[in-house]
Amino acid sequence: MNDFWTATILVATVASGIRLATPFLLASLGEALGQRSGVLNLGVDGVMLLGAFGAYYAVLKTNNLLLGVAVGVLLGALLGLFYAFITVNLRAQQGISGIGIYLFGLGMSDLLFQKLVGTPRPIMPFAIVRFPVLSDIPVIGEMFFDHSLIVYVAFLLVPLFTFIINRTTYGMNVRAIGENPEAADSLGVSVGRVRYSALIIGNSLAGLAGAALAIELGIFQQNLTNAMGFIAIALVYFGAWRPIGVMAGSLVFGLVASIVLQCKTLGIIPRSASDLAAMAPAVITVLALVVVANRFRQPAALTKPYIRGQ
Amino acid sequence: MSPEVNRVNHFKANLIRIVIPACAVVSALLLGAVMLGTLGANPLSGYVTMFSAAFGNLEGLANTAVKSIPLLLVGIGICIAFRSSVINIGGEGQMVVGALLASVTALAAPDLPSVVFIPLVLTVGFAGGAVWGAIPGALKAYFNVSEILSTIMLNIVAVQIMNFMLRGPMIDPEEVARGTRIPQTARLPENTDLPMLLDGLRVHLGFLIALLAAVAVWVLLWRTALGFRLRSVGLSRDAARYAGIPVKRSIITALAFSGAMAGLAGAILVFGSESHRMVTDGSSTGFTGSAGFNGIVVALFAGLHPLWSIPSALLFGGMLVGANALQRALQVPSALIIALNGLIVVFVVSSEYFRQRVQRGREVAQTLDEPAAGVAAGADPQLERVVE
Repeated sequence: MNDFWTATILVATVASGIRLATPFLLASLGEALGQRSGVLNLGVDGVMLLGAFGAYYAVLKTNNLLLGVAVGVLLGALLGLFYAFITVNLRAQQGISGIGIYLFGLGMSDLLFQKLVGTPRPIMPFAIVRFPVLSDIPVIGEMFFDHSLIVYVAFLLVPLFTFIINRTTYGMNVRAIGENPEAADSLGVSVGRVRYSALIIGNSLAGLAGAALAIELGIFQQNLTNAMGFIAIALVYFGAWRPIGVMAGSLVFGLVASIVLQCKTLGIIPRSASDLAAMAPAVITVLALVVVANRFRQPAALTKPYIRGQ
Repeated sequence: MSPEVNRVNHFKANLIRIVIPACAVVSALLLGAVMLGTLGANPLSGYVTMFSAAFGNLEGLANTAVKSIPLLLVGIGICIAFRSSVINIGGEGQMVVGALLASVTALAAPDLPSVVFIPLVLTVGFAGGAVWGAIPGALKAYFNVSEILSTIMLNIVAVQIMNFMLRGPMIDPEEVARGTRIPQTARLPENTDLPMLLDGLRVHLGFLIALLAAVAVWVLLWRTALGFRLRSVGLSRDAARYAGIPVKRSIITALAFSGAMAGLAGAILVFGSESHRMVTDGSSTGFTGSAGFNGIVVALFAGLHPLWSIPSALLFGGMLVGANALQRALQVPSALIIALNGLIVVFVVSSEYFRQRVQRGREVAQTLDEPAAGVAAGADPQLERVVE
């Protein structure tokens, strides 16, 4: 009997860890693409917040989950376009302008929420998508094939992004521009256009991450993400700019969060100690940064605006 | 070229340095007006409400002064870091650690007279922030870890430590007894309350300390050898290294000072608060109210100058006070101001592009007049050099 409970709890913990990892994964995959093209975007958290609110509001009004997701992605894309304009055309300082985007998203999402919604009202969450056969496998099925569509999409993006970055012309251009924009430019690759596209795709994913978070939780509130977007940026470094590494990092974060949550509900650790446990991922990341900084090199042109002829 | 012409050129260069960021702020405020209009409030009366609440009467001015304290302190810390070419986004965490250690000291120490107690707790706050700033400094200097990331991570760590402390060991026993469990400390000893500067107004000693700190940072940066070293490292790390300046140690020093200012801001936020407790709400900005980020706005708007940061902080402090009035009078959520601050950051940072274009245009014109004049205007390298 005891074993049975342990197994059930273990399965539930892993399953919820995968669920919790999803927004991290989506946001950090997007950020990784942007950084590969040489642009650091510190505004991920703000983009996530706006995406989350947009999705929440759309679902609240129309009860259409697909529309909610679309609104989240669209808001992300718009912010990506804006950020691309200020970093590519106006060559703004990336370390600072991203903080501006963050503050804008933080304030704007709260403003819209208070003005348009006021009191938090729950919305319907994603439906669980089960697969025949796969979902019925004991343990494995419950862990990996008992999730909403967005979870599968996020994890399928990992091989897709690996393929795009490593095997396609577009991915090669992105990498070339992140490493040596002068050389890429001299070969006729448009630095601006590639950075624009990378930032629009990347921020769309951040918007999607916000949408996934809001719909998964079924609510919106001020500062819903609680600095998740900043962790997503760190995960890019953690994963050494590779989609598979980013996924590993997201899973570590998701699983740690889920274990902490599980321990709290089971009363193994007091509520206050869970705050302490919640900082473990950030500490791990700082340590990982030390390792990554010495073992992997960041894209050489990261944070450097490209000016032709200089 | 005659010294007279040189002075005129210098004046013009300075004018451009002020006019263009000002244009950026005005355009951000215009966008704010559009937002106000969209929210169904008259933009003009909205800004009038804000302005008169913040600067229109003594009480408002006092509130503005109090709100500007953490912004100013974090802002001058940012000036030190950015001038030394290190990015400090860890103001939030440094504020939290400074405040937390200062509160622990206030609760643990025997009851001292306030002449001793206040300097003690503020120094602890200063030191706490310094340590929390020196960590990313050391990581950057010795392990090549980007300080942008490590400061962000340390923000998260600091907030979690605070949540743990304020919900656990440091929670007000009364909150536990009543079962409300608001994450806050007990009433801190009365001898740590910052005294009021004027009768009947809420402005306290913290404001004076912040002003003095701004002057001190100006002296540090422009009148001491240490400041010279920091700015040299900021302008060119390689040149500084050739000149024999210890670059690694300078990076750590810059981040430590920057963090110390934020730590002091956190401590003043606690001991100058009306409740005389350290309070949070469990969220990442619950204690600081985003002052650690907004201080960046203040410093950028002041052109990374500690003395210009004083009016800049008063302006943004006034905007916070005005935002609350806006919420009461016109039912416009005060979150508008956070969004507006974000736009101001983006606009001011982007305006650097236009400033450089104008300056380059002038230099070209001058070079045509007189071959050697191009050097006189001297492009201001402060912003473009911040990120390597």
